[in-house]
Amino acid sequence: MAVLEIDGDAALVSPVRQQRRVGALFVCAVAWIALIGLAAIFADLLPIASPTDMDLLAKRSAPGAAHLLGADHLGRDELSRLIYGGRVSLTVGLLAPVIGVLIGGSLGMVAGYFRGRFETLAVGGVDVLLAFPPLVFVLAVTAYLGQSVLNITLVIGVLGIPAFTRVSRAVTLTLSEREFVTAARALGATHARILIRELLPNVALPLLAFFLLAVAVTIVVEGALSFLGLGVPPPAPSWGSMIAEGRENLDIAPWLAFLPAGFMFLTVLSFNIVGDTLRALTDPRPGTL
Amino acid sequence: MTAPLLSVEGVSVDLPTPRGALRAVDNVDLSLAPGGTLGVVGESGCGKTMLSRAILQLLPKRAKLSGRVMFGGRDLAALSPESLRKLRGPELAVVFQDPMTSLNPVLTIGTQLVETLQAHLGMDGGAATRRGIELLAAVGIPAPDQRMRQYPHQLSGGMRQRVAIAIALSCEPKLLIADEPTTALDVTIQAQILELIVELQREFSAAVILITHDLGVVAETARRVIVMYAGRKVEEADVGELFARPLHPYTVGLLASIPRLDLLRGEVRNATDRLQEIPGMVPPLFALPDGCAFAPRCNRADDLCRRERPVYEQKREAHWAACWHSDG
Repeated sequence: MAVLEIDGDAALVSPVRQQRRVGALFVCAVAWIALIGLAAIFADLLPIASPTDMDLLAKRSAPGAAHLLGADHLGRDELSRLIYGGRVSLTVGLLAPVIGVLIGGSLGMVAGYFRGRFETLAVGGVDVLLAFPPLVFVLAVTAYLGQSVLNITLVIGVLGIPAFTRVSRAVTLTLSEREFVTAARALGATHARILIRELLPNVALPLLAFFLLAVAVTIVVEGALSFLGLGVPPPAPSWGSMIAEGRENLDIAPWLAFLPAGFMFLTVLSFNIVGDTLRALTDPRPGTL
Repeated sequence: MTAPLLSVEGVSVDLPTPRGALRAVDNVDLSLAPGGTLGVVGESGCGKTMLSRAILQLLPKRAKLSGRVMFGGRDLAALSPESLRKLRGPELAVVFQDPMTSLNPVLTIGTQLVETLQAHLGMDGGAATRRGIELLAAVGIPAPDQRMRQYPHQLSGGMRQRVAIAIALSCEPKLLIADEPTTALDVTIQAQILELIVELQREFSAAVILITHDLGVVAETARRVIVMYAGRKVEEADVGELFARPLHPYTVGLLASIPRLDLLRGEVRNATDRLQEIPGMVPPLFALPDGCAFAPRCNRADDLCRRERPVYEQKREAHWAACWHSDG
């Protein structure tokens, strides 16, 4: 039969996926994350000093041949401490939001799709969690269960659930009203199928963008906890505790505070840039929805 | 006469609203033989979409359905959710008004088509993909194998509606409900889509309920037509009879409001030849008048019409209407 649509053939000539430009900023951000990530993963194999060995003669020494980025007030190698500290920051920063996105995301989707009593319960529970003072929660957990990377990850992860629940519930609510959900039901799709195959791909994009934002926030939160002495216990390094220690030597050796602060700043900025760019890149609905 | 595939018996739909319950569909009967075509015509808000949702059992959660929807000898309203789910797809299917929203924006055409085939017909990936390409070709989409990899936003409105039809017909349903399938499309594409529905209906020997506000659409496709107003049936007849000798003033008004080319060209012979419209609007369903719901807009209405609701009765051979002033 005759087909009149004019853009039919035109669309076929041009490739399905148009090339979309990524900026130099995005490349820099990915490079920084890759550098920090690889250094943190392979820290044990790198030719660097141990982060806890004290070289008291080199106390607060400026960057130089012996210690590339100087040494702290106990003579520990600053570069090595930055890399091992990055391990803690990245582990907590990446794993804690995973807890949030898995639990909060699915809770929000189920609540937004089924509505009713379950939604009331889920939203109520999340509100209670939001109202709970986070520092008290962190103090309580670390006091009873001890300060370790695992405990800090779990605490920050649980604290992140409400935000993820709200984002995914809000997105699911509007999507459930859309006709393609009714269309899927009219084709005999089960609830599980609609949730996983129809709704999840739509919810995943905003959740991914939010996830990367949460990574950035979590790194800062972990830093703040370490700064307050609630993070990983010394002598293990962490960017937050390094800033705290460097603070006491700001007048003689300012780099001891500024270096970890700069690392944290660049890492957080990079995650935000990557998150924004990825969201723009993976959105298959340019401009229109 | 063969047993009807679908017979709707005294179906009413009540929707609770802040201003009180409203009756979106009021005591509607209809029946449809296997392979038949039925047109349901009416303005916005006259209950035709709710009627289709009632047949499909896809009403909003709060809506209350009464009456029976017999499909292939079973009452759909009494079926368990699970057995109802199994009917949808292979037995019942629907094409929605707006192909912008009835396709999932983040899944490719191929994924949406193939998954339906796999879920219902238990095909493996390769067979489902081949069948999907066949179906896209059957609904007149050029280069279907490339289209399979595209997303809905990369297709034009007409193409999307063809895809929606392909998905609806993928499991060869016995009944296809097309809910204003051409309303969101360009006029030039409308005719193609209608032609396609008729063609595929013959090929797949499916029964079709065509819901529309456009009598022109009905004239081209349906054999029997139901006219609805304010949730009730007001007239039912074969399509030729309805166009030649409409009985209800509402149907007369609808027919008069179809634009005609000779009028547009200015070949007006007398005053009544200009394009007519029906004055006023469909009354709000929670505040229906006591008598005939159309009386406030009807130029033939008298005290009887305003006082008592007209009886829906047979006026001529196979021609029913609900009006006090239309006898034969």
